[in-house]
Amino acid sequence: MSEVSVPLPEREKLTKKALTADHPTWCPGCGDFAVLAAFYKMLEKRQLPHENIVTLAGIGCSSRFPYFMNTHGAHFIHGRAVPLASGVSLARPDLHIFLFGGDGDGFSIGGNHLDHGARKNIRMTYVIMDNFVYGLTKKQTSPTSPIGYRSKTDPTGVIDHPVNPIKKLIAAGATFVARTHATQINHMIQIMERAMDHDGFSVVECLSECIEFYPGAFDAGNPRKGGEFKVIDEKKWDDTPEDESRHDVTNEIAAYQLADIPFPGLFGVFYETDRPTKNALEKKWVEATRSKLGEPSDLELLQNTFDRMK
Amino acid sequence: MEGAARADLRPENIRDAVVRLAGNSQDGIQTAGALLARLAGRSDHDVMTYMTIPSTISGGPSIFQVRIGSGEVLSAGDEADFLVAFYQHSYQDHIGFLREGGVLLYDTDQVQPNLDDKRYVYAGIPITGLTIEALGGTAKDKGKNLFVLGLIAAIFHLDVDKLRLLVRERFGGKDESVMNTALLAFQAGYAYPVANLLTTRYRFEVQPRIRDREQVTMDGNQALAYGLIAAGVRYGAGYPITPWSTVMEILRTEFSKYGGLFVQAEDELAAVSLALGFSYAGYLAVTGSAGPGISLKAEAVGWASMAEIPLIVVNVQRGGPSTGLPTNVEQSDLYQAIFGGHGDSPRVVLAPSTVEDCFYIALEAARIARKYSTPVFILSDGSLATRIEAFNEPDLKSLMQDPKPDLSPRTNGYKPYPLDQITHHAPPGSRMMEGKYPVVTGLEHDEMGHPTGRPSLHLAMTAKRRRKLQDLAKETPLPKVFGESEGDTLVVGWGSTYGPIREAVERARGLGKRISALHLRHLHPLPEGLASIFDRFADIAVVEMNDQGVYGFGQLATVLRARYCNPKIRSVTKTDGLTFRVKEVLEGVIR
Repeated sequence: MSEVSVPLPEREKLTKKALTADHPTWCPGCGDFAVLAAFYKMLEKRQLPHENIVTLAGIGCSSRFPYFMNTHGAHFIHGRAVPLASGVSLARPDLHIFLFGGDGDGFSIGGNHLDHGARKNIRMTYVIMDNFVYGLTKKQTSPTSPIGYRSKTDPTGVIDHPVNPIKKLIAAGATFVARTHATQINHMIQIMERAMDHDGFSVVECLSECIEFYPGAFDAGNPRKGGEFKVIDEKKWDDTPEDESRHDVTNEIAAYQLADIPFPGLFGVFYETDRPTKNALEKKWVEATRSKLGEPSDLELLQNTFDRMK
Repeated sequence: MEGAARADLRPENIRDAVVRLAGNSQDGIQTAGALLARLAGRSDHDVMTYMTIPSTISGGPSIFQVRIGSGEVLSAGDEADFLVAFYQHSYQDHIGFLREGGVLLYDTDQVQPNLDDKRYVYAGIPITGLTIEALGGTAKDKGKNLFVLGLIAAIFHLDVDKLRLLVRERFGGKDESVMNTALLAFQAGYAYPVANLLTTRYRFEVQPRIRDREQVTMDGNQALAYGLIAAGVRYGAGYPITPWSTVMEILRTEFSKYGGLFVQAEDELAAVSLALGFSYAGYLAVTGSAGPGISLKAEAVGWASMAEIPLIVVNVQRGGPSTGLPTNVEQSDLYQAIFGGHGDSPRVVLAPSTVEDCFYIALEAARIARKYSTPVFILSDGSLATRIEAFNEPDLKSLMQDPKPDLSPRTNGYKPYPLDQITHHAPPGSRMMEGKYPVVTGLEHDEMGHPTGRPSLHLAMTAKRRRKLQDLAKETPLPKVFGESEGDTLVVGWGSTYGPIREAVERARGLGKRISALHLRHLHPLPEGLASIFDRFADIAVVEMNDQGVYGFGQLATVLRARYCNPKIRSVTKTDGLTFRVKEVLEGVIR
């Protein structure tokens, strides 16, 4: 590592301007603009060191996200952003890993990685912008397209049972599972912030409308369009009688039941639990191993190994 | 007492012996063979082994062949001087590999050889019965391997104290009764009165010590793994597949000792993606597999080419395609390594020639990956992976590389993809003093990493990525020709065929043939200047373990013919899943 002789200038406040890069290439009216805006706001609020924010993505409309963020970032291949992010996360505890993608990227081509990232509880925050359709490739069926939706690959209506993202995530072992709506900016910010603060694999499903290929898909969850944005009433643990009926986010079965409520369903945190992260478990193993060996230098270690092979 | 028992054995000094142990995979013949190889290494002998393991989970015929010599041992030997047959099928399948006048040691409890065949010397010993007797019957016949090791120690007059120490080291980790049983079995074999069966006892000639360094003994996958560690690689990810798995097993344990991490991923795609995540985070990482798994990684390797992320991809080749011959050897993934990408995706391809070279090739791969910010393939194979060799201990002090990422602040108009320089990424965590943070990307991009479809930029960026390999070709030293620098035939090889080719060429030169050998470690890009070497030979025979293809040329031969348009280049190939025998090379190259 090269040494820095002159003191570095003071950090400037992290503003939206400092965080903004290319102008988004999304269609006018796309829900993803609001997700981006909410993310800027959340970062402005939290003032993390600029260089420690990492924005990663796979492939899809929403996966263009890293180009619009002036942070360290990588635009990876379709479906594999979770393992890429896992590598960054496991090697670099100093970084904040944010991962953005869509329903195809997360639940279809990357579905297996989502399961294993969740199971291993690798520290990262993953926002899945779910629009129920493949937008970038222009209107094919997605894993979350509801039965009956007419796409170019199901011209007479979707026949395959869609994925329930929340149930999939809970079953896979994700330790923070939440749902929000791109028209509810404050809710998005609040949920993203909680996801970021969660020490583990935190996933937010964000319903984000595709104005081009599935307009009106999420109106049922948008009060301004006559729908209802029903937020999960979480337990406050205040010993009041009304708290009895509130949702305990650590209750996996209850979370699963809430996730079964028909569309548009509920919004908020369905499930949150503390389970050691892979990051922490691996670190513990490394530390135990190294302390048993007496913290040798790399050269000593390899030399000892070779001495045993003589 | 020992001296008395063998007083009537006629001593004979030998330079070289090939011992083939043939049994079933659960008999522990690999253990016995490996101990023998390690003893040879510790005794300053040259040693090479060869083994086949069935792909069945437990059981099935298996062999371990050890060649021990006083001079340079280049191959595991075409024929055995000693065959140890544990079972009737071992005898039947392998008696053909015993040279005339060779010794068959067989278990009289299991094997009934054709004693009328007078070409061989027969030494029948009730191995099963004596092992059970020695161990008191509770261990059944487990321990036959060490009984046989004891016999061999007696016949070859090996250093028994060193061997006992090795047995202790090998079984020391288990409970004491296991180690005692092992030593008991060994002792029983060693004390067996072989003089009743054999008239000669052998002793390896003691060569004056020519080595200035001590010897280390290991297999190719170990050498590769420790080479990666010396190269400063501390992170990686993989998925189990034969014959790559032992590399990942070693790295999983070893990286943690160095404060790094190796992850067993959910699949091959995740493994390469994790590795790219580590590399992007600033730690040059490794992933690996065998051919089928490399196919699954192909898309992400294309991303590494485009995004210009350094990465080491190990392919321990096996017989293919598809599940193919998982436990056999083949060199049929060269095309896949060089051309197995979508789009114009330059990558570097290297191949180690020996177990020792598995160590050094890892260093070279890491050097290239870092310098050129590019994916580098290492093509090892199933024979290098499992074969044990002794080699000069590497000078670790001068070789060890620093694994730390460069997180220094970037200034002076830092660009992730400068057109006039080689890309060197600023890992996340590096401050960008001018305020512009880089995105690494698989989309075609401009110098700042912004996506663009501009024709002039795709042209310029494609050339930028390709030029890295052209620069590498220029700096890569020309391999040395073995033998005269001109002649009738040049035998060209790559990978694990090094030993048999060298031995064949040595033999042919001894017969007065004007023949030389050239072994390539850098397969893509090829070093500059090969054409001038080829010009000095009338005939160029490329020896490799793959199919002759539709047009009659193996994979490297095809690449060389395409590159040099030289009609003198011909092909010697085979696809029986076994390493080249010296005899086969000779038959193929001499016209």
